[in-house]
Amino acid sequence: MQLALFLIFAVLCVLGALNLLLQRSPINSALSLVVVMLSLAVIYWTLGAEFLAAAQVIVYSGAIMVLFTFVIMLLNAGEEVKTRGSKVAYIVGVPAVLCVAALLSYTFLHERAALGYANLGGRLNDGASNMAELSKVLFTDLLLPFEVTSILILVAILGAVVLARKDN
Amino acid sequence: MVPIPYYLVLAALLFSIGIGAFLIKRNIITVFMSIELMLNAVNLTFVAFSHVHRAVQGQIFVFFVMVVAAAEAAVGLAIIIAIFRARQTLDVDSINLMKN
Amino acid sequence: MHLSNFQIFLLLTVLKIVVVLLVTLTAVAYTVLLERKVIGLIQNRWGPSRTGPFGLLQPLADGIKLFLKEDLMPLAVERPLFVIAPMIALSCALVSIAVVPFGNVFTYRGVSLFEISDINIGLLVILGITSIGVYGIALSGWSSNNKYSLLGSLRASAQVISYELALGLSLVGVVLRAGSLRLRDIVNSQAHHGALSWNILPQFFGFFIYLMAAYAETNRAPFDLPEAESELVAGYHTEYSSMKFAMFFMAEYANMITVACVATLMFFGGASSPLGHLLPETFGGRFLTAVFPILWFVVKIFAFIFLYIWVRSTLPRFRYDQLMSFGWKWLLPLAMVNILITSLVLAFHG
Repeated sequence: MQLALFLIFAVLCVLGALNLLLQRSPINSALSLVVVMLSLAVIYWTLGAEFLAAAQVIVYSGAIMVLFTFVIMLLNAGEEVKTRGSKVAYIVGVPAVLCVAALLSYTFLHERAALGYANLGGRLNDGASNMAELSKVLFTDLLLPFEVTSILILVAILGAVVLARKDN
Repeated sequence: MVPIPYYLVLAALLFSIGIGAFLIKRNIITVFMSIELMLNAVNLTFVAFSHVHRAVQGQIFVFFVMVVAAAEAAVGLAIIIAIFRARQTLDVDSINLMKN
Repeated sequence: MHLSNFQIFLLLTVLKIVVVLLVTLTAVAYTVLLERKVIGLIQNRWGPSRTGPFGLLQPLADGIKLFLKEDLMPLAVERPLFVIAPMIALSCALVSIAVVPFGNVFTYRGVSLFEISDINIGLLVILGITSIGVYGIALSGWSSNNKYSLLGSLRASAQVISYELALGLSLVGVVLRAGSLRLRDIVNSQAHHGALSWNILPQFFGFFIYLMAAYAETNRAPFDLPEAESELVAGYHTEYSSMKFAMFFMAEYANMITVACVATLMFFGGASSPLGHLLPETFGGRFLTAVFPILWFVVKIFAFIFLYIWVRSTLPRFRYDQLMSFGWKWLLPLAMVNILITSLVLAFHG
């Protein structure tokens, strides 16, 4: 049951990522990335990370990727053209990437006994809910980093406004 | 009952496809999107390991990654718009000068 | 025939989904009729009155008309995206109904009957699906290859993204009071003393912000700029015809219903009765105890949809810069102040 759920969404993920790689027009790539992110949200949920699943949908697919499509629409980005640089990337990049994938997969599958199994919607510490656990740690032990991220976002907002503003 | 390595292998595949897209794609927006894909792949490993260790810290790490990714997307896209205004192109190969 | 628990669960779930979808689509059709009737009456005319008694068969006639019309496919459109966009819009509008509890807890062999699913993060699911709905609008405008569509969809996406923040923040006060994101818990937290314990009283500002933001999210008057017919022909669905147009149309009304559901659950006690202890728990036997909550729920949703229509026929359309500054400079700060006050009160009294 859980395996079927995982397989469906894992296949969807990989197909979406490959589609991002193969599509020429940026808007199609952006949409396939949205598919990847939505399927990852389901996979997070099967791993018991309910809050992250929701945050993945709201923040990644609902905000960041909408921003991407928005910019693509605004700049009217058409299909990309092939140049000399990309051929080098094909010749050197593809084998290297395959090596990385094979190495990582081999390591993970080799250590399978130590890693164990995932249970559907498994609670981590028998706490009230995933959200309660998260917020407890976030607002006690990690309060300072949490506050620092809000400053980071503020800086990012200001930076984006300054960069995108037209010079008068 | 799904073995945790399956999740990790999925993350490795996504990460490799992300690197591949980063190297091969010529459109600056798509290159940026492949970075997001790599971040997502790493997030999946964090969530999977958080499940293995029964600790919530891995999920909090993902939370921070999401925040940083949002900030990065805002600034990065602003830079892309600024570049497009100056050069009228989104091709990374033709953006090769420091000054106009 | 003996069925295992899992088979019962599967059968009942499919049955629930079919029934809820049918009811929602019928409700969508009749909301359109209600809107035309009510606006007609407010403007001192009759509205549709020829098809069937009181015009009650008008939705059916409209449906057949839209279904039988020629499906035009303009030459310059991006075909796949042009076809997918209305589907995204409609499915996102319909999916959020899945987490709404319609009645009291009423289980048959472990399966709760009056809700499709009751999950821990119900509210976040609704917010997430709403934020995915932007793609339908954005893609329809982009793929139509038409300047009015593109302008309409840019406006709509900017508007929806801006008001999503205020919408999410306006609900935080309620979540703080209930201490849970599960919609069933939020409803139960308001069920003690009938109408007196509804969140509308302590969270009035939250409700006001939610209402404004929700009108903007569903692109309805007075925030219907994306389809401002006097400026943009019809906005993002200018190039659409026949069933594809009907999907956008249905999506708009289904979104209205979803918004009404969320408002009812968050601020008006969901399916709980406004009378509280005045009406005894076991009034009228087992059947009526199951049916009454659903009736209350339907009445509350009807009131919200009526309010929608009333607002549409009363208020003029905002200007685009007014809309943006209202969202960012008024609603968002007000929502933050609301959260601050609610959490302070809860910290000292809760």
